[in-house]
Amino acid sequence: MSHAVAGKNYLNESSGLWSWLTTLDHKRIGIMYFVSVMFFFLIGGIMALLLRLELFSSNAQEGISFLSSLPNVIKGDANPADLYNRIMTYHGAIMVFMVIVPGIPAILGNFFLPLQIGAKDVAFPRLNLLSWYCLMAGAIMAFATLFLNKVDTGWTFYTPYSIRTGASVVLMVLAVFIMGMSSILTGLNFIVTVHKLRCPGMTMYRIPLFVWALYSTAIIQVLATPILAITLLLLAMERVFGIGIFDPKLGGDPVLFQHFFWFYSHPAVYIMILPAMGVISELMTTFTKKTIFGYTAIAYSSLGIAAVSFFVWGHHLFVSGQSEVAGIVFSFLTMLVGVPTAIKMFNWLATMYRGSIEFTAPMLYALGFLFLFAIGGVTGIMLAVVPVDVHFHDTYFVVAHFHYVMVGGTLMSIMGGFYYWFPKMFGKMYNMTMAIWSWVFIFIGFNVTFFPQFILGAKGMPRRYFDYIPEYEQLNRISTIGSWLIATGFVIGLIAMIRAITKGEKAPDNPWGGKTLEWTTSTPPPHDNFTNEPTVTAGPYEYK
Amino acid sequence: MALWMFLNQALAGAFMPEQGTQIAKEVDNLYGFLLVVSFISCAILIGGMIYFAIKYKRKSQSDKTPYITHDTRLEILWSVIPLIIFLVVFAWGWTIYHDMRAMPENALEIHVTGKQWAWTVEYKNGVKSTDLVVPVNKDIKIILASEDVIHSFYVPSFRIKQDAVPGRYTTLWFRAEKMGEFYAFCTEFCGTNHSGMVARVKVVTQEEFDKWLVDESEIGLLPLAQRGAKYFQTRACASCHNVDNAAVKVGPSLFKKFGTEGVFGDGSVSKFDENYVRQSILEPQAKIVKGFPKPSPMPSYQGQLSESELSALIEYIKGLK
Amino acid sequence: MSTSRIVNGVEVATHYKDDTHQYLSNKEGIWLFMATEILMFGGLFIGYIIYHTMYPEMFAEGAKYLDWKLGFVNTLVLIFSSFTMALGIYFNQKNQPKKAVMALGATVLCGAIFMVIKYFEYTHKFHLGIYPGQMLNLEMVKPVHQNLGLYFGFYFCMSGLHGLHVLIGMCLITWVMIRNIRGDFHSNYYTPIEGVGIFWHIIDLIWIFLFPLLYLVG
Repeated sequence: MSHAVAGKNYLNESSGLWSWLTTLDHKRIGIMYFVSVMFFFLIGGIMALLLRLELFSSNAQEGISFLSSLPNVIKGDANPADLYNRIMTYHGAIMVFMVIVPGIPAILGNFFLPLQIGAKDVAFPRLNLLSWYCLMAGAIMAFATLFLNKVDTGWTFYTPYSIRTGASVVLMVLAVFIMGMSSILTGLNFIVTVHKLRCPGMTMYRIPLFVWALYSTAIIQVLATPILAITLLLLAMERVFGIGIFDPKLGGDPVLFQHFFWFYSHPAVYIMILPAMGVISELMTTFTKKTIFGYTAIAYSSLGIAAVSFFVWGHHLFVSGQSEVAGIVFSFLTMLVGVPTAIKMFNWLATMYRGSIEFTAPMLYALGFLFLFAIGGVTGIMLAVVPVDVHFHDTYFVVAHFHYVMVGGTLMSIMGGFYYWFPKMFGKMYNMTMAIWSWVFIFIGFNVTFFPQFILGAKGMPRRYFDYIPEYEQLNRISTIGSWLIATGFVIGLIAMIRAITKGEKAPDNPWGGKTLEWTTSTPPPHDNFTNEPTVTAGPYEYK
Repeated sequence: MALWMFLNQALAGAFMPEQGTQIAKEVDNLYGFLLVVSFISCAILIGGMIYFAIKYKRKSQSDKTPYITHDTRLEILWSVIPLIIFLVVFAWGWTIYHDMRAMPENALEIHVTGKQWAWTVEYKNGVKSTDLVVPVNKDIKIILASEDVIHSFYVPSFRIKQDAVPGRYTTLWFRAEKMGEFYAFCTEFCGTNHSGMVARVKVVTQEEFDKWLVDESEIGLLPLAQRGAKYFQTRACASCHNVDNAAVKVGPSLFKKFGTEGVFGDGSVSKFDENYVRQSILEPQAKIVKGFPKPSPMPSYQGQLSESELSALIEYIKGLK
Repeated sequence: MSTSRIVNGVEVATHYKDDTHQYLSNKEGIWLFMATEILMFGGLFIGYIIYHTMYPEMFAEGAKYLDWKLGFVNTLVLIFSSFTMALGIYFNQKNQPKKAVMALGATVLCGAIFMVIKYFEYTHKFHLGIYPGQMLNLEMVKPVHQNLGLYFGFYFCMSGLHGLHVLIGMCLITWVMIRNIRGDFHSNYYTPIEGVGIFWHIIDLIWIFLFPLLYLVG
């Protein structure tokens, strides 16, 4: 049994690549997830920039397309439209399956869930490592398709296009299948950890709200991902053997694929956003130096969102030919998700009331989250109203909406959580000024990029368009310029991070005055997290 | 009320395309209401956040904050008020959606078929067109189908959209109240030239419509090359091949091609003659021009064109000079 | 790197209080995993129900090509194997490893019988030209319903995925059998056997639903 020897922590207790690749320490696995997800994010981000560059002007079809001007080494013999469709597919698939789904649970959750409930590790350390390898295996398979027949179906793999296209769809869906496995294992691990490994005194109503959020997320991961698994297996079978289940020519129903797909992928949206909301709760209370307003309401609203999320998938199919009754029912259920979301928003606002608000980089990200998620949320309600959705469906309005929720929500909160816990993870402080400048660029750039897309969508510009009619050009230009601002922000952030790791000052154990358990242990934490097992006697945010 | 009208006009009018139907006006009214409510809720949330952030900025490290855990009355308030608003917009949305889906009787039925990558519009009297020409102020019922993958028929100005699903029919209706030309997009990703799958909706008077139908149905009497030009549009050749300049769209330009020598991907050379054009239309994968992807995204027209239609197309391509 | 210690003769990982704590946690993990398995098959069952409602007569026609007697024998074999699996766990709880090994051996044997019967069923169908979906040989089979391939798409996917699970189960049982021979298990520690047992029972349970749906639906 390793004791917390002075000077020894989880980072330096053993060294060498092998000690990392075989580690069972949840903190090290969290760091490995961090490095790999960052890498995927970089690739997905570069693809996003390419897409925006192509959309800078509307004259692509006359031969002035940006993508067709790329050197042959990169574009091969593909025509620019195909190239755009492929990049669009990989951008979506990478960002969804490799960045946002594993993002918060696998990086921050892995690292801090055991720390926050006073456990020494997650329930199944080997499964935890296995889930990282699953993600890697999936990623390698997904990237392998880049060297075979690049996939051009969009990340949603809608049939029958995905059955007919010449791309390596089978390998790609198997990759997603394996990444889904990784997600299931993480979820399963977290559920058991929360049930069984809380330290003495840590009742369910004393666990931090980040843990509540991860717990609700884990339930969705375990219950929804198997449906994605079987859907993708059936799609693979469809392509290999032509079993006919999704193929209209053989009596199958291509729309059934959409039902199956969204039965997973809509709850998956909450796999992405719930942990983000958990991070925001932590940030709000620490940087207002005030206990959270409405702990129970926030905790139950997470569970509520998780529960309702299974019954709203049909709002992706309002114009697919489903019955009028189905449209109405799904519209109603989708509205219901708005209530727990509104509760959370107002509770965070109430937490700020009479607080002592400190404007650090993580807090700015939390405020940015509130700003962007408010917009993402109200536009979500617009999309839930069927006749309005009939107009907005599959236009840039939807693109803007889910980027406001997924990037403005989840990514803002990944960044906020990351700046919040960075000192604990690496034992170093970062340059606050640089971190704040990075935020300024990302926040402004984000709005410049995606707000015009709401207007584009309202004006009727469909999504997944390689080229558009000239009326849409001006707004597209603004949007593309915004994407450069975001990129600048991330570059500044990356530099701040690298500088902090290489020559940052040593971080104190509790730089922000946080009250949750992870701040009570040394920085960086020892292998077993705590020198003595903590005992809890009160709620998580006792700022008295 | 005046303020409400003003906001509705200012907000909805500014962002949405022209209102071509009564449904569009109804949708815009609801959308305007949603925008106002959304604006107010964002103002409360974001404004409140900014106000608190400034007012309660940390003065010193030793700031004391009050210990407020919850307030049941407030929490019920901000659960119930959003719920009521949601129920109102839900009910409002339901009534409009019901009108959208209730197919009018005695409507003029038009078949629209999606195919990679063009729409084919077919009228009762057999006229085929790439553009949807309809009379003004008349109920039109569109019967959608697809020959290959899922497409989606979307006319922004009419606020209507419906997927065209292979293996079944879907329907939508509209009653255009404005004359003029509107765009119809494909909004379900359908492959290479998805973004080029744009048709026009032309709303004309009943007299113009009747005349157009007669003119079009006499197309069989036209000279071969002119018929070919029609087919070139209706069969979606035009969405991938240029005919008036040498620039490459998705496929090679056909401008001044006939009679020249073509070099293919495997290095072989062949003359661009009648038989080559015929083969390229029926078996697009057979000889792919150098520099174009293999397999070619072009669908095969085997079994879809009559001999007479083929001849007309070839005659038309011959004349591109 | 996870260090462990011995409590009540059981190796307990450092993050658990004692052997019971570890046992209960592991068992919860196994049940959660089984939930994902059931949900995965659940997706197939839902697809089956949807198409069965659309084309009931096609499913009835398809079922005629299956030999319900073979299916019934397989059902009995699997139910019996569930019983021997339970015995394997029981004998370990009672510290009788030799009997446990025999019970586990019997279970693997049952699994093998099941797979052999399955093999004959499959090859017989291939012989008749019955393949899933578009590969169904319409000239040889001459079905009443032109989309009969869809039924066999379901038949091969459902029974194939189930068969794959039987194979995995057999490997897992062989693994716990070897560990049993090595003497790894005793009345305080038999978590792996119980886990594999739960897996095996769920596989049997799924077959008990598959059998009537595929064979007796006509």
